[in-house]
Amino acid sequence: MTQPTMTLPPAVIGRPAAPPAALTAAAQVAIRVLRKFVRTPGLWAMGIVQSALFLFAFRYVFGGAAHVPGSSYVDYLVPGYVATIVLFTGGGIAVAVADDRAQGLTDRLLSLPIPRLALVLGRASADFATNVWSILFTAAAGFLFGFRLVDGAAHALGALGLCLVYGVVFTVVFMVIGLFAPNAQAAQGMSMIAFVLAFISSTYVPVATMPGWLQAFARYQPITPMVDAVHAQLAGSTSDVALALAWSAALLLVFTPIAVLRYRRA
Amino acid sequence: MSDQVPLLEASGLTVRFGKVTALDGFDLVAGTGQLLAILGPNGAGKTTFVRAVATLVRPAGGTLRVLGHDVAGDPIAVRREIGLAGQFAAVEPTMTGLENLQMTARLFGHRRRAAARAAATVIDLLDLGAVAGRRCATYSGGQRRRLDLGASLVGAPRLLLLDEPTTGLDPVSRREVWAAVRGLAQAGTNVLLTTHYLEEADELADHVVIIDHGRAVAAGPLAELKANIGRDVIEVEVSQPGQLPAAAQVLSAVTGSEPRVDPLVHRASVTVGSASQPGAAALAAVLTGLAGQHVSVGEIGVRRPTLDEVFLTLTGHRAGRQGQPESAGRRLQGSAR
Repeated sequence: MTQPTMTLPPAVIGRPAAPPAALTAAAQVAIRVLRKFVRTPGLWAMGIVQSALFLFAFRYVFGGAAHVPGSSYVDYLVPGYVATIVLFTGGGIAVAVADDRAQGLTDRLLSLPIPRLALVLGRASADFATNVWSILFTAAAGFLFGFRLVDGAAHALGALGLCLVYGVVFTVVFMVIGLFAPNAQAAQGMSMIAFVLAFISSTYVPVATMPGWLQAFARYQPITPMVDAVHAQLAGSTSDVALALAWSAALLLVFTPIAVLRYRRA
Repeated sequence: MSDQVPLLEASGLTVRFGKVTALDGFDLVAGTGQLLAILGPNGAGKTTFVRAVATLVRPAGGTLRVLGHDVAGDPIAVRREIGLAGQFAAVEPTMTGLENLQMTARLFGHRRRAAARAAATVIDLLDLGAVAGRRCATYSGGQRRRLDLGASLVGAPRLLLLDEPTTGLDPVSRREVWAAVRGLAQAGTNVLLTTHYLEEADELADHVVIIDHGRAVAAGPLAELKANIGRDVIEVEVSQPGQLPAAAQVLSAVTGSEPRVDPLVHRASVTVGSASQPGAAALAAVLTGLAGQHVSVGEIGVRRPTLDEVFLTLTGHRAGRQGQPESAGRRLQGSAR
């Protein structure tokens, strides 16, 4: 390379008059996360392909042997499956957060004059958008595999709204997992804990069919009321909705400060 | 701005990670208008110092001021003054070079148009025009590192922090990065770089700080340090192992210092005695001496001391990783990696 002739960068570029506004900074952080997501087929395609394949397996492979009182298995399965899909696809958020730290991108962002909160807000908004993508795709797959609304579209919107709230909650939870994982592989492994929560809940089978000792866990962990609230909404009832929202609020109140503090000293 | 404000002022700076003390009462005062290299082996505390200047670690003790701003008291003011390019090329591989630079410029506080201008300027500056529209995943190591450097420049920082800017690069890419850094420094940007290559400090720096076990063990203008520690080394490789003692004797007789003998590789080396006896002159005398003793020479040369040898001189121990025995074989060579 020939030696470039340089002039003083501050003279040519000019120093910004002030650091960016928090929302501007958050938007830039979010745009980067979304560009990476959209431009990496492994990110936007793999999650939803897996989601569709597992739904297919539960619906057509295990579904024939599963009997739930009061409805067909597909009508029982799909709402809970959609409500908890972010527990499976959200692992990608933890991996991305851990990867950014390992690659030095987080250091670069932290060395720039932007508020830490903007960093968390931008990251979380974009990751939430990726969760919305999983939720909508999985819901569409549910309809494709035979799920039908029994009680009209208005109630379905309430149920979808709940799923989106859970999407926000687990965005932050997975961010925290990614912030504590030493590397991407570890983040992937740590995210598997979420599978256990989803499986030992009312998502796939009614809690009452489990052995007694397991019911105690299944009933009192957050996923069961979250799934039950979605079922209730679809049937036009509000039972369990307050409990599900209370769990959501509690999880957000615990995990958001952890995320912000952890970014501060990442 | 004011010339009275030092670029960096560290006093008793201490940083701990759990039980490990990475910086242990580090003192440094550096003025503006220079390219400062922090030289030291892995684990000496170089990266920790850069991270402290970049407000990424919180000191456990002491103070650190960057252009007059206290890193603990006013980190935002510090972040406005600095641009950080790390050991890892911290660019988003799925975005183009231009997109990466524009994003970083916005995050420095530029408005959209100014950000586009800053990105275009930096692309010209670093000779990245040909690849600016391509995703960074397709870049060579040197192009990525230069883009990373560029990303640290779009905010027009007054202090550029380069943490091991050429580690892991091939020689061609390394020279590309050196040319860019030299150009920036000549254009007036203050640069703080860490390296464990003596050669790199030699190529780029005006001032050098040598760090070991979290403390500064030597600091000063490069020329001054060189006069003390940077003496040339004459190294002889004999063709017949049996002649090694004879070769060592010649080295000793010519230079008056004790040669180091490495029978494994049939090599003897010696530090050339003084500034008054330049390496090349001594080499001629050594060659004559070897011929007189009928020593058949496989290879002979004058070379710069390795970092290892500098460390031996300065600290009395080899430049291994902290806590490792001297014979661990982790000899850092001036240019090899």
